[in-house]
Amino acid sequence: MWRYTLRRLIQGVITVWFIATATFIAMHNVPGDPLSSDKAVSEEIRANLEAKYGLDRPVTQQYLIYVKNLLRGDFGISFTQKNREVNDIIREHFPVSATLGILAIVFAGLGGVLWGALTALYRNRLPDIVIMFLVILGISVPSFVFAALGQLALVNLNDLLGISLLPVAGWGTVWHMLVPSLVLGLGTMAYLTRLMRSSMLEIISSDFVRTARAKGLPATQIFTRHQLRNAILPVVTVLGPSIAAITTGGFVVEMVFAIPGLGRYFVQAVQQLDYTVIMGTTVFYGAFLVFMVIVVDLLYGWIDPRVRLE
Amino acid sequence: MAEASQNDSPLSPDAFDLLHVERRVQSLSRPSLSYWQDAWIRLRANRRALISLYIVLGLLVFTLFGPLLWPVDPSAQDLDQISRPPGASRAAVIVDPYQPWDGKSFSPMQAPVQTGLRLAEPANAQAVRLLWDPMPGAAGYRIYRNIFPMNPGDALGLPLAETLTGADTTFEDRMDLRPRRYYYTIVALDGLGEETKAMEMLPVEVTRVITLEEAKERGLVGADAQLVPGNAVQLALHPLGTDYLGRDMLARLMYGARVSLFIGICAPFLFVLFGVVYGSASGFLGGRWDHLFMRFADFVIALPFLLFMILFKIAFGIGPGESGIMPMVVAMVMLSWPATARLVRGQILQIREEGYISASRLLGARTGYLVLRHMIPNTMGVILVTVTFAVPSAIFTEAFLSFIGMGVAPPTPSWGSMCNEGIKTMLTYPHELIFPAVFISITVLAFNLLGDGLRDALDARMRSRE
Repeated sequence: MWRYTLRRLIQGVITVWFIATATFIAMHNVPGDPLSSDKAVSEEIRANLEAKYGLDRPVTQQYLIYVKNLLRGDFGISFTQKNREVNDIIREHFPVSATLGILAIVFAGLGGVLWGALTALYRNRLPDIVIMFLVILGISVPSFVFAALGQLALVNLNDLLGISLLPVAGWGTVWHMLVPSLVLGLGTMAYLTRLMRSSMLEIISSDFVRTARAKGLPATQIFTRHQLRNAILPVVTVLGPSIAAITTGGFVVEMVFAIPGLGRYFVQAVQQLDYTVIMGTTVFYGAFLVFMVIVVDLLYGWIDPRVRLE
Repeated sequence: MAEASQNDSPLSPDAFDLLHVERRVQSLSRPSLSYWQDAWIRLRANRRALISLYIVLGLLVFTLFGPLLWPVDPSAQDLDQISRPPGASRAAVIVDPYQPWDGKSFSPMQAPVQTGLRLAEPANAQAVRLLWDPMPGAAGYRIYRNIFPMNPGDALGLPLAETLTGADTTFEDRMDLRPRRYYYTIVALDGLGEETKAMEMLPVEVTRVITLEEAKERGLVGADAQLVPGNAVQLALHPLGTDYLGRDMLARLMYGARVSLFIGICAPFLFVLFGVVYGSASGFLGGRWDHLFMRFADFVIALPFLLFMILFKIAFGIGPGESGIMPMVVAMVMLSWPATARLVRGQILQIREEGYISASRLLGARTGYLVLRHMIPNTMGVILVTVTFAVPSAIFTEAFLSFIGMGVAPPTPSWGSMCNEGIKTMLTYPHELIFPAVFISITVLAFNLLGDGLRDALDARMRSRE
């Protein structure tokens, strides 16, 4: 177990290095350069700026400096915001995105398990048909459409009630978080529902459930102890990819709901071609996602003793 | 020995002739079905998948042949019809060309109100000419325009202008007038330029107008049409309305479908092709090469997909006049192939051990023959299912990137970029968001259901439990 963890961690570190290098190569192949702007600058100012950002050195040296700084956890200084460190930006905005993402995962996980179990229990009856129809809808509709519709619904709701029940955009209180995280979790929820349904159907017809029933255990106990616990396992395996989906889905939701998260910041940086911020956030997100996948895999081995990790 | 037995034997060669040939007594055989024929029969039995297949074909017809039936330029602007929902009235009244107003001449106006704030002339999209009675003590007036009806205490809307003396009691509004209802408010100003409580409000219905020359120029009426001001003409038809720049939604949806479906079909096709080559090479070479190939695939698969899509999109850049479609396809291919490669490698490793491969090899088949005759046809089903499921995710990716402004460059329409534009006017003109969103959703839905059906039809082992 420990050896496995160690091996996964080393693999993770190599992957992050790979991500960092790919980011570096990609960003250094961008047409144009980070210092070109609308204002014409004199040669001396340009030389000074290049020296400040280390752009006057050879690419190999720049790369070594970049890796050294990354190892110290330093992502550099923003190009468009004077004297703002990328680390500060991440420190300030990532907690917002993380809160949103965790809430969305919770919504998606609870909803997916609940609806999935429900559809399996009521197989081919009305609740199953209705929920599965909604699930197909949830898989087929892009997240930004959900975000727009969610916001539209809020506007109409507030209009109808004549009071501001839930804020339409912004960040700060729990009320701000509710609808955006629900919207963000919807696609994943639909996916998990589908997964949970098929896993639950498999469990329902398994031997140990029949044995439990034959023993005369009450139905609720069979449901919670035997069916639900075993059916959840496949759902746990896809939590890793789900975290990735929710993280990137957050870009759009943060944009639409004007939430000051790292995702919106990243999209802005991309639109303004803020090189260091793009590189810093990409590497940060990449590292985050790589290690979340490792954590989920380890968690899975811990939850399901049948998966023996060597 | 052989000779001896021949001599000793009482059997002559004709003893081995058939006594009689038994005709088929009964036949239980049906014409044998190939794998694909069988799959097609099973797919046809699946109603959902079949309907999805028709939808996909319909979308292809829509985007390939639609522009032939509806030859409207998707980037041409119709400035008289901006953000028109489908089915809106297209009637426009012919008027004389615009003449500057001196603020004194009034055309005869049969308005019910002849005092207070009123129209000096019928209001049309060329100009709204307002006239009001001087208010006692006013040193000037400020004119506001709002597009929403106001309650007492609400903001009055857009401040348009101020007049400098209390005697100036006319105003002409020509600013970006649309055929709709406006609410004008006149507030009296005191000597210091501060607003007083004295104000008047007037709702104005602006009519859509067009000059005769313009109508002729656009081919709305014949070149020799004899129309006088006051006659009505029908403006150009936009079956699904227009967007915020007055571009035809139907034409944009058709061309947007080209972009979205091209990316959605071409990119999966290419990366699956690459994945098949890579995966079968890896599986076939085996050993150290296999290990090396798969390690590399592991790293590429660990890259966060959308982040690197964005990164590659930036790195490739979009030159002036380019649409940015090809960079997106290339980036997608570069990032998406490992999943297919893994899948195909697994299949090849499995098939390599099958009995029929050994049999074929025993009969002297060469490697190339084995791969082409046995391995690739037998992985084809899995590959086809992968492509079908890759299409919706590619369409989603394109829409997502276009939505955050990292997709195709304007003015090239794509469903995602149309959504991005539509979301800005979502509250007032929902059709600009709803149409592209519905198209994306239907396409993704159809490909998902078709993928389910194909998986059930092609691969018994992967059959879903539904």
